[in-house]
Amino acid sequence: MTMREKIEAAMTRYPDARSAIMPALVIAQEEHGYLPHEVLEDVADILGVERIWVYELATFYTLFHTEPVGLFHLQLCDNVSCMLRGSETLLKHMEDALGIEKGGTTPDGLFTLSTVECLGACEMAPMMQVGDDFHGDLDAERIDQLLDRLRATAAQPASADLAANAQPAE
Amino acid sequence: MFDRVLLKNIDTPDNCRIDAYEATGGYRALAKALSEYGPDEVIELVKDSNLRGRGGAGFPAGLKWSFVPKQSDKPKYLCCNADESEPGTFKDRILMERDPHQLIEGMAITAFAIGAETAYIYIRGEFVLAIRALEKAIAEANAKGYLGERILGADFNLVIHIHSGAGAYICGEESAMLDSMEGKRAQPRLKPPFPAVEGLYGSPTVINNVETLACVPHIVLRGADWFREIGPEKSPGPKLYCLSGQVQKPGLYELPMGISLRELVEDHAGGPLSGRKIKAVIPGGVSAPLIPESGLDVAMDFDSLAAVGSMLGSAGVIVIDDSTCMVKITLRIIAFFNEESCGKCTPCREGLDWAVKVLRRIEAGEGAPSDLDQLKDLYGAIYGNSFCALGDGAAMGLRAALDHFEDEFVAHIETGQCPFH
Repeated sequence: MTMREKIEAAMTRYPDARSAIMPALVIAQEEHGYLPHEVLEDVADILGVERIWVYELATFYTLFHTEPVGLFHLQLCDNVSCMLRGSETLLKHMEDALGIEKGGTTPDGLFTLSTVECLGACEMAPMMQVGDDFHGDLDAERIDQLLDRLRATAAQPASADLAANAQPAE
Repeated sequence: MFDRVLLKNIDTPDNCRIDAYEATGGYRALAKALSEYGPDEVIELVKDSNLRGRGGAGFPAGLKWSFVPKQSDKPKYLCCNADESEPGTFKDRILMERDPHQLIEGMAITAFAIGAETAYIYIRGEFVLAIRALEKAIAEANAKGYLGERILGADFNLVIHIHSGAGAYICGEESAMLDSMEGKRAQPRLKPPFPAVEGLYGSPTVINNVETLACVPHIVLRGADWFREIGPEKSPGPKLYCLSGQVQKPGLYELPMGISLRELVEDHAGGPLSGRKIKAVIPGGVSAPLIPESGLDVAMDFDSLAAVGSMLGSAGVIVIDDSTCMVKITLRIIAFFNEESCGKCTPCREGLDWAVKVLRRIEAGEGAPSDLDQLKDLYGAIYGNSFCALGDGAAMGLRAALDHFEDEFVAHIETGQCPFH
């Protein structure tokens, strides 16, 4: 299905097109990796809603990115339960391993490193989300293994193209 | 040994599949409700059970349902609050990932009781596994006639949609959730009108937490008396407790409501980490004021925790040991609320930002004695002065930390450094 078809399918779930803005933004972000202005305008046009309504949501909810992010978005929880199990040390470890600070993206466009609020998986603290997956009971060694696995995945031809697109704008 | 109810199937292989769920008695409660009861009788049954909302507020579920007007020209809606974002809480995620049909069945019975033909599950966008499990479960239930039109031959139709959130704690507040579902920035609404009368799209709407809805099939099958006999009379039923932090065995535990916090932490979760001592426990997610070690004999139910100035909340139990600085923990909690404040009410938006600045300088060893008075003043300015409970939760957490651990704040100020570094 095209992006338009997916968004039109989402609209059928609600009596009001405005309700479909959030699902439409999820669909658009999956398609484009992030949500630049022209994509937000497309979404508004497909839904037939005010552009300002779409901008409002894209800038309110933290899962929507109006700037590019790396191919792998490392989202380390640093809320209380993870903090009590050592998330601060892990953040430092990842900053050193990747050569970037929290909030940054590696120059090759592979990794963006963020800290996030509680992800509702405190039984596996300290934990982080990468893409769709939760990784728990982390320590420095497990993080290194995970970064190696992700780098190997990125070396696959299809992923390399995506990473090139995800590079920060000059 | 307590016979698990809500988690009885989570270790069953393939339990996400509808045939496995049916094999353990799944959807029998829906069939019973549709064939033996009318909608009002289901509401009476749940009222009799004294099931109280598991999202945190503890409001009686049957009573909430009874507020939905019987005669209304508008469609009625059921919304499942699956926006589990209270730090320290992970029960709903596990229920949805591991036993999605239990929730679907509970929603179908609830929708029948209130007369809703459309239901939404508002789920955190981060819960990708749970979303996939629910999508599959809804498709299976539709194919088997547990959802759709003329469900099990009865005069009852229901469609369930998933609405994925996008990372905003405030959406767990039910009226902010409704704004979010209507495609707006999530901000709480002034109540009344309450959602049961004027909710989603201005229509009568019931909003229940995942765990609350998951209790419903069991009450229908086993009766209100059975439910009421588990745990304390005024706060009964099986309860999910989320254990995390500095404890031997973090994890999800199902035990009767009213178990002592000490038994939960020391016996079930194995007590403190090796060589450490427990200093304090947050009993119900970070909105619930902490309880010092000396208070751990409190019973884990709505009324007992309220009586000691805390709350059951989401039953996210976070254990803090003697290696941890309470100023640092307090700063982290208030910084969370400051980050997640939707910005609608000035006392919450500005007060929390100010409190973070004061706490940050105390933690850095740059605080002044007047900072403690400043924090107490901020408590008074924030508490009770906002639309929703976000600011109140933050203020109460701040207050409890100062009440029980003022000596640690004073030590930072007097010595100009953190004693734990």
